[in-house]
Amino acid sequence: MYEEMVTARYYEERLQEEYLEGKQPAFDISAGPIPGELHLAAGHEASGAGVCAHLRDSDTVTAPHRPHHVAISKGVDLKRMTAEIFGRETGLSKGKGGHMHLYDPDVNFACSGIIAQGCPPAVGAAMAAKKRNTDDVAVAFLGEGAISQGGFLESLNLAGVHDLPVVFVIEDNDWAISMPKARVTDVEDGSRRADGFDVRGERVDSDDAVAVYEAAETAIGRARDGNGPTLLEVQLHRRMGHFMGDPEAYRADADVDAAHARDSIERLADRLREHGVEDDDLEAIRERAHDRVDEAIEWAKDQPQPDPGETYDDVFTDELEGWPERADRKLAAADGGED
Amino acid sequence: MAQTQASDPDAASRELTMSRAMVEAIAHEMNESEDVFVMGEDIADYGGIFDSTQGLLEDFGHDRIMDVPISETGFIGAGVGAAMQGMRPICELMFVDFFGVAMDQIYNNMAKTAYMSGGSVSVPMVLMTAVGGTYNDAAQHSQTLYGTFAHLPGMKVVVPSTAYDAKGLMHAAIRDDDPVVFMFHKRLMGLAWMPAPEGPKTGVPEEPYEIEFGEADVKREGDDVTVVTLGLHVHRALEAAESLAEDGIETEVIDLRTLVPLDTETVLESVRKTGRLVVVDEDYHSYGVSGELIARATEGALDDLEAVDRVTAPDTPIPYARPLEEEFQPSTDDIAAAIESIQE
Repeated sequence: MYEEMVTARYYEERLQEEYLEGKQPAFDISAGPIPGELHLAAGHEASGAGVCAHLRDSDTVTAPHRPHHVAISKGVDLKRMTAEIFGRETGLSKGKGGHMHLYDPDVNFACSGIIAQGCPPAVGAAMAAKKRNTDDVAVAFLGEGAISQGGFLESLNLAGVHDLPVVFVIEDNDWAISMPKARVTDVEDGSRRADGFDVRGERVDSDDAVAVYEAAETAIGRARDGNGPTLLEVQLHRRMGHFMGDPEAYRADADVDAAHARDSIERLADRLREHGVEDDDLEAIRERAHDRVDEAIEWAKDQPQPDPGETYDDVFTDELEGWPERADRKLAAADGGED
Repeated sequence: MAQTQASDPDAASRELTMSRAMVEAIAHEMNESEDVFVMGEDIADYGGIFDSTQGLLEDFGHDRIMDVPISETGFIGAGVGAAMQGMRPICELMFVDFFGVAMDQIYNNMAKTAYMSGGSVSVPMVLMTAVGGTYNDAAQHSQTLYGTFAHLPGMKVVVPSTAYDAKGLMHAAIRDDDPVVFMFHKRLMGLAWMPAPEGPKTGVPEEPYEIEFGEADVKREGDDVTVVTLGLHVHRALEAAESLAEDGIETEVIDLRTLVPLDTETVLESVRKTGRLVVVDEDYHSYGVSGELIARATEGALDDLEAVDRVTAPDTPIPYARPLEEEFQPSTDDIAAAIESIQE
């Protein structure tokens, strides 16, 4: 768990460096080696590691637009994920998805750029497991900003009424972009929303990876044993802005400082030391994690850009007859051919 | 009612970005009427992710510049309800791509209430939303979807390409008694973090003025070929036209400015003059704006038409990687190539 958390944190630190290259001094979102928006999850590591520690490859995870820590903990191929974030041919989605749309079917991981969008598919995965009599489970991660979405509430109800093996994990970092939680909901303990659906709810009111691990063990165990869904809310802290380049003018410095002060990784390191783990061992874990990340990033940066012609592939599983001419003129021109 | 006569953008004493022009119109209308208010995600303290409400909180406070939970069905539907009571809400759907979670309220409620009530209830609201790509935000954050909204009856659909047009269209949108979808292209807003092309920042008169819906603007005159477009691609078409002028091809560039109502007559007049039509649209190729424009041209000016082409996004979701998104996006070169290809 510690290794995954350290991997996720360092991975994002490295992505941040890469992302900012060429985008400064005047921040330009369209410049630099990593295209598009980038939502970093520094401060969220405890939930990804604590929950996914109980999952196997055949269990399904859906994550929102801030997915890296969950993906790493679920065992998503780090090199191909990185290549995807750099928009390369060998990325998980051949450069078509990007950092908000990572899919790794080998470990049943998917994420989405639209909040709460992963909840219904997680319910569907749980349905499939139940219909097929497997003991696989599904976990949907979402932010606390997404708890007002119909898609989440409908999923909770559906999971409850069918006793489905699904766990909803609300990552409560107190901020939905610029909206503080108190202005989004009067329900401070989001796990209480489960009561209205007669579903089990539990809140881990800290950034404590061990407490998350224990709560998730119970929730996932219940689901696997056929005892129905759980809504698990985990308090975390967003160390960064909503996305890279967010000036965070809406957020007091004290809040940012508090987020940095409550570091779940440091906290877990302290726990490990209390249990006799030596600093050298922790350092060795860190080094191993850093090497793995550096290797993935270097590999990804060496990968080729996708060919423009790939734009038209993968819309359907088969080519459709009668569909409009593809941009043949454009491609012919790119190849140096005639119009 | 405030002054509605549009003065000349070239005569204005200052230039504004498109976002500043939109905000100026909203602020003016909010000062004129307590019925006007704004609801949306991150529109108060943040000022709108694309600066569409920047600075309004300071003047009007949280009661009238309302941040809302991320629940588009709830707050857009609430906008409909307030509008049915005669208020004039402006709701922001942060990215048009998010319409899916709220489309029932938009197209079954906002758009159809006037009709279903036999004209007894109107919905004078503005649904403001960001469209467009060109910064690699991939399939769920880069669509234009002009055609989707224009296809569904009951909503007026506005797509400005300059600050001058944005201000006049926003005044008209807020004052309109029907629901208006105001689709602004991110790349035109003048954001610090997303450089705009030169064109959208224009002179903007300080006084309020309306640009009437259904009046396309001939942004460049020419006798050889007509290019009809909107939003970001007005500027790409103008760039293509300037480059072709060096080769002696004179291109007329028509900026539709509103899709509903659509100024068919200006398009037909131009086509009758040039005999050649190219439609440029950042939206998907099939069943959309480009097909509609070509259909209207054939219905209204078939005898004058010698050649037709369209430059659109292909029928694929929007890819992430730079070479793929560039391939997907209709470029200035693509437009120039289409114009040249129908010259023979």
